[in-house]
Amino acid sequence: MINQSNKVLNTNITKLVNKPYQYGFSTKIEKDIIEKGLNEETIKLISKKKIEPDFLLKFRLKAYKKWKKMQEPTWAYLKFPQINYQDIIYYSAPKVQKKLKTLDEVDPELLETFEKLGISLTEQKRLTNVAVDAVFDSVSIATTFQDELNEFGVIFSSISEAIHDYPELIEKYLGSVVPIGDNYFSALNSAVFTDGSFCYIPKNVICPLDLSTYFRINDSKSGQFERTLIISEKNSKVNYLEGCTAPQYDTNQLHAAIVELITLENASIKYSTVQNWYSGNEFGVGGIYNFVTKRGLCAGKNSKISWTQVETGSSITWKYPSCLLIGEASQGEFYSVALTNNYQQADTGTKMIHLGKNTRSRVISKGISAGHSKNTYRGLININNKALGARNYSQCDSLLIGNLSNANTFPFISVQNSTTKIEHEASTSKIGEEQIFYFLQRGICLEKAVELMISGFCREVFTELPLEFAAEADRLLTLKLEGSVG
Amino acid sequence: MNLNSPLLEIKDLQVSINENEILKKLNLTINKGEIHAIMGPNGSGKSTFSKVLAGHPAYSVLNGEILFKGSSILPLDPEERSHLGIFLAFQYPIEIPGVSNEDFLRLAYNAKQKFSNKLEVDPIEFLGIINKTLELVNMSPLFLSRNVNEGFSGGEKKRNEILQMILLDSELSILDETDSGLDIDALKIISTGINKFMTPDKAIVLITHYQRLLDYINPTYVHVMQNGKIVKTGSSDLAKELENKGYEWLT
Repeated sequence: MINQSNKVLNTNITKLVNKPYQYGFSTKIEKDIIEKGLNEETIKLISKKKIEPDFLLKFRLKAYKKWKKMQEPTWAYLKFPQINYQDIIYYSAPKVQKKLKTLDEVDPELLETFEKLGISLTEQKRLTNVAVDAVFDSVSIATTFQDELNEFGVIFSSISEAIHDYPELIEKYLGSVVPIGDNYFSALNSAVFTDGSFCYIPKNVICPLDLSTYFRINDSKSGQFERTLIISEKNSKVNYLEGCTAPQYDTNQLHAAIVELITLENASIKYSTVQNWYSGNEFGVGGIYNFVTKRGLCAGKNSKISWTQVETGSSITWKYPSCLLIGEASQGEFYSVALTNNYQQADTGTKMIHLGKNTRSRVISKGISAGHSKNTYRGLININNKALGARNYSQCDSLLIGNLSNANTFPFISVQNSTTKIEHEASTSKIGEEQIFYFLQRGICLEKAVELMISGFCREVFTELPLEFAAEADRLLTLKLEGSVG
Repeated sequence: MNLNSPLLEIKDLQVSINENEILKKLNLTINKGEIHAIMGPNGSGKSTFSKVLAGHPAYSVLNGEILFKGSSILPLDPEERSHLGIFLAFQYPIEIPGVSNEDFLRLAYNAKQKFSNKLEVDPIEFLGIINKTLELVNMSPLFLSRNVNEGFSGGEKKRNEILQMILLDSELSILDETDSGLDIDALKIISTGINKFMTPDKAIVLITHYQRLLDYINPTYVHVMQNGKIVKTGSSDLAKELENKGYEWLT
């Protein structure tokens, strides 16, 4: 019996599905760790190791107290076993004696790790116009182009450095957008965060380079709790990119980050993420639990914050990059592609809180679910009674691949004045065997067919990505998806 | 490849889907320059026949052989069969969201070019080629920027199939109920397109329920398919007879 081309098609698919996660390697390096478990002593020890000012220790302890009283949120459409917070290492840093002066002092093993990830920390290789802060487990390893940026008054450093060098800015802004007790994971992060990036763009400066942080989780037992704070002063502008990967372990690692953005009058921040944490194997074993709070505050008139995210990794994604639109005529944007395959689960979306007059927001969300995965868009558009003339446009599209995946959309809209204009569009489509067959019958191969359909589906989001990210995102999605079809 | 072989030779073909046998020892030979019309009641296996030729993965070939230009195509993938020159105009062309007709048509055209060791064309060259083809089926260039079949009317979908057939210049084209759901004007346009496309080195299979298509396209043979095999073969007069008498008298 010849089962026509079914066999061939299936073999292709299996081959493509099993393409290994290319960043799954781990680096062997001597580490300085704090024993797993979380209590006040752990927090004091983290603070001590980082030689932090007193206000920060207080901030951490206050957060810890709040966290202890809080419950893990259960409203998301996610299923996972209870996380044991006492079984996590909260501080893991490659052993170094003192603060690094130049890159030559960085452990070559680490430099090589980042080279392998495609991130060159060697400034001589000035291939792209991007300054990079590289975070490895709990600490920042290196930040490139700092001197060049300093000439423009732009501060770009690890948050640990910034705590020492600019304590007044940190004290003023840290926790001002995402309060300590905002949610369970933000409280946890505020208590134990170890590193992250800090950017400060002074008045009237258009940041000459794109700034970027690359997060790498290496240790199998450690969580990563980083904190990013970006402040864009009056009339300034910056593009910020975030990338992340992790080795392939059969246990789950916790990643609970906070990102806070602040734009003052006429300022603009464009924040782009390509999230490619390890997502677990085809049976759903292993992968990162990604619980992230990202929020931007458009404080000034005509200010703008734009979030673009391509979420492809993580075993679980819980993430709602949001905008608080306070400044008159300020603008918030959210462009998202979330892809889930195998047993991945994503509950992601945005909140646009309109408080100022004539504020505008735009939400474009594209969810792609394949395999046995669950992909949920959850959004809130909230128009306050003072936000006269506010406008919002939302579009939520879901693409299903195969018959076993799941897509959900939960858009909440709350409007408290009558001068508002809201538009919401949603669609669901499916890539099935019949579509693939149509392509094949016209002589177009499977890979091309999937690539074309996916990039078509995501086009509106990809055009928002910085060039160097757009190509990467396109490739990444195709790689992750090819073969889950049929 | 044997130059003296028929273009398509089907021998004792048995095909099942979900363990239901649909085609039962089907035999059919098609030579270049011929137009074959296949008629028959619903559920007689006409669409199965067309999909099996194109290599649809849902069907299992239990027995028999399909030879195209003298070689078996059973081990070949759908896209390989397409490259060899087999084209299927679908009965229900599927919508493909997010992919423009222009990109789709160019990829299909270039896949064929590549297979024939010819140079692939860039988007600008392609516009020149496709614009000429569009005229043949009376379609506006505006249609290129729309997504494949998305929001197309029934007639537009069918015209799009004929457009692709002409563009890919296939040697063997199987048209699965391309005439159903068309108004008279659209039927005329499509028939004219098919007649212009047909040359002595090609062959066409028309699967249809209605004799009216055969008023515009003159078939070399008319076959009646019933219960998974061809039960009668005749000239175009047979179609007229069927139109009057139905299928029952045949059994």
